[in-house]
Amino acid sequence: MMLAELLPDSVSYLDIPIKLLFAIIAVLIPAGTTVYLYLFKMVSFMQSRLGPMEAGPYGSLQLLAELGKNLQKEDIFPLRADRSVFALAPYVVLMSTFLLAVVIPFGPDAQFTNINVGVYLALAVSSVSVVGILMAGWASASKYSLLGGLRAAGQLIAYELPLILAVVGVVIQAGTLNLQGIIQAQATGEIFGWGGLGNPYLLTQFVGFFIFMVAVQAELTQVPFDMPIAESELVSGYMTEYSGFRFLMFFIGEFATANIFAFLASVLFLGGWSVPPFVTDLFGIAWDSNWMNVAGPLVMLTKMLLLTFVIYWVRFTYPRFREDQLQKFAWKFLIPLSLVNIAITGVLKVVF
Amino acid sequence: MTAISDRRQLAYIAAQAADARVNVELEAEGMTLNIGPQHPATHGTLRIVARLDGEQVIEADPVMGYMHRGYEKLTEVRTYPQVTTLINRIDWLGSFANEVPFILAAEQLMDIEAPPRARHIRTIFFEMARIANITLFLGDMGVQLGAVSPIFYAFRDREHILNQIESATGGRFHPNFDRIGGVKDDLPAGWIAETKQSLDRIRSFCDEMEDLLVGNEIFQARCRGIGVIPADIGLSYGLSGANIRASGVDWDIRRDNPHPGLAYPDVDWKVWTHPDGDSFARYWVRLQEVRESCSIVEQLLDSIPSGPIMAKVPRIIKVPEGEAYVETENPLGIMGYYVVSQGGLEPFRVKIRSASFSNMSISPWLLKGTYVPDVITILASLYFILGDIDR
Repeated sequence: MMLAELLPDSVSYLDIPIKLLFAIIAVLIPAGTTVYLYLFKMVSFMQSRLGPMEAGPYGSLQLLAELGKNLQKEDIFPLRADRSVFALAPYVVLMSTFLLAVVIPFGPDAQFTNINVGVYLALAVSSVSVVGILMAGWASASKYSLLGGLRAAGQLIAYELPLILAVVGVVIQAGTLNLQGIIQAQATGEIFGWGGLGNPYLLTQFVGFFIFMVAVQAELTQVPFDMPIAESELVSGYMTEYSGFRFLMFFIGEFATANIFAFLASVLFLGGWSVPPFVTDLFGIAWDSNWMNVAGPLVMLTKMLLLTFVIYWVRFTYPRFREDQLQKFAWKFLIPLSLVNIAITGVLKVVF
Repeated sequence: MTAISDRRQLAYIAAQAADARVNVELEAEGMTLNIGPQHPATHGTLRIVARLDGEQVIEADPVMGYMHRGYEKLTEVRTYPQVTTLINRIDWLGSFANEVPFILAAEQLMDIEAPPRARHIRTIFFEMARIANITLFLGDMGVQLGAVSPIFYAFRDREHILNQIESATGGRFHPNFDRIGGVKDDLPAGWIAETKQSLDRIRSFCDEMEDLLVGNEIFQARCRGIGVIPADIGLSYGLSGANIRASGVDWDIRRDNPHPGLAYPDVDWKVWTHPDGDSFARYWVRLQEVRESCSIVEQLLDSIPSGPIMAKVPRIIKVPEGEAYVETENPLGIMGYYVVSQGGLEPFRVKIRSASFSNMSISPWLLKGTYVPDVITILASLYFILGDIDR
């Protein structure tokens, strides 16, 4: 039975719970994987330590331990906090993460919603988290939170632009805003008449890929762009006053968003759930055969892990910029570069 | 004198006022931000009351004394050998270096001279304390800038030096090894070869930091031209150590005015200076200093003379009446002990000139007009230890 048959076209009473279940799986399982693999283990090895080793074999149950710890903790509200806004902020941040996951395709049919403006929606809802962060920063009644929230707002708005402009090159080349269409264009594409590898846009849009990953790093407020939560300056920025469950939500939001952006980058630049045609030819199946509904999520997970590896690698190696240097970097380097990239892509699109 | 006490009074009042408004209160002329006393970047309990305009600092006032332990007063009720236990805790990262100037002052008062082997061992541990201390700074600067990994490399490689200190003295952090007239023990068998290996570790750590931080463009963007201290202003604030050498002042007590109780004249090394005087220069000078310290220790290990490790010292140490001031080039800068004796078992008065206190005093001048992120990096590059400020 295929996933498409499981999820009927018409809205039934089963539709929403099933999709919700899959959404939680699609967001939380990759998040848990990357947090354990990279945040706990890879970073530990980078820093010549072992990381968690006690909970389960090689500390593999550490995530559950952390979950339990955070759920037990007291949900503290600062005395002068704006209680309702303070309580709502983490939900807004997490909502942006889940909304992002809506359009990500994991297989020919394994997708929550296939809409024609998928790229557009993904980039639009990614900015919703800014609202949550500003809410958290303002409502915490803490000066560190306030500074962190304001820094985050300035930063996220500045980096929306390169993020979108970097994708424009891909959209021009694929000729569609539909994420499935972009995957199809890559999987069935040809490099100088040879279709064995498809045509992953990483090869042609490498400038866009670079800009996209830099902007993602900034969107995620990860080092070297982590001023909003800068530990050594603002304690923990907009998250300073949060504890327990609400802190956990910020935490999940941060890492799940990293995964979703990596998913998005792999769709846009690495061919998404498709594998190079010479592999599918080996098995004698079409590039979008039903088997890809099973293999697709695993392919996506692999590509996502590759990209998040880079994200965390950078995160734990570099020092951070200062706020004004970050803005300078966005406006004077990334945006002109992405505009040039768009112009060249457009010209080449017309020529070929 | 009155001006200084007035300023500290003002800082105290400002701190009190800031306490009253812990929560967000946006004022027309700016916001008062309390950095500390418990803040991840102050490595201890330093408090900086900063008046901000946006993120720009209009005025910053350090409030010290949260960690005051009264060592100067406590020394008055300890015998001379007991004092070293206390003063070990002043600059806790380079503990042995705290003992040396005090012991030298006591020796000077008693007119005792340590035998050459003791002088060598003393100098070796003095330099190893410097390596252990500054190694941590080299990693910590990365943390203050947001790079988390360097501090772990610093801890990893410093451990080898600490192991060597421990195997010879019995104390990993607080050796309490220096004695009036010499040192407590001789070096254990095989120690010299092991120490040379651990020095190689530190050298490769320095190379690693050079690759990871000094060559990093973001690190340079954050540090170059930030927190510039001109040489004359630095001198007028009493800066010392690597902080003033980074401003181009070629001044190192180890070379210029070595105490006869230490073996510095026997070794050959270079005192590094940097013309810029910014945060980057301070980091760079310290990086070179660790390398030079490695070479000093290596030379001393090669040339260590044989002989006794203690001079003839009476069983009960009574220091004759008199006063002495001895200063040495400690890891954080110049540290001096002014010891006044009235002929008893205990010192009559000990005044400690600690490097961090003077280095910190420039911060209100230096932090004016900087941004909040730079406040952190400038303080990190000035490199103070809270125990050394408050004593």
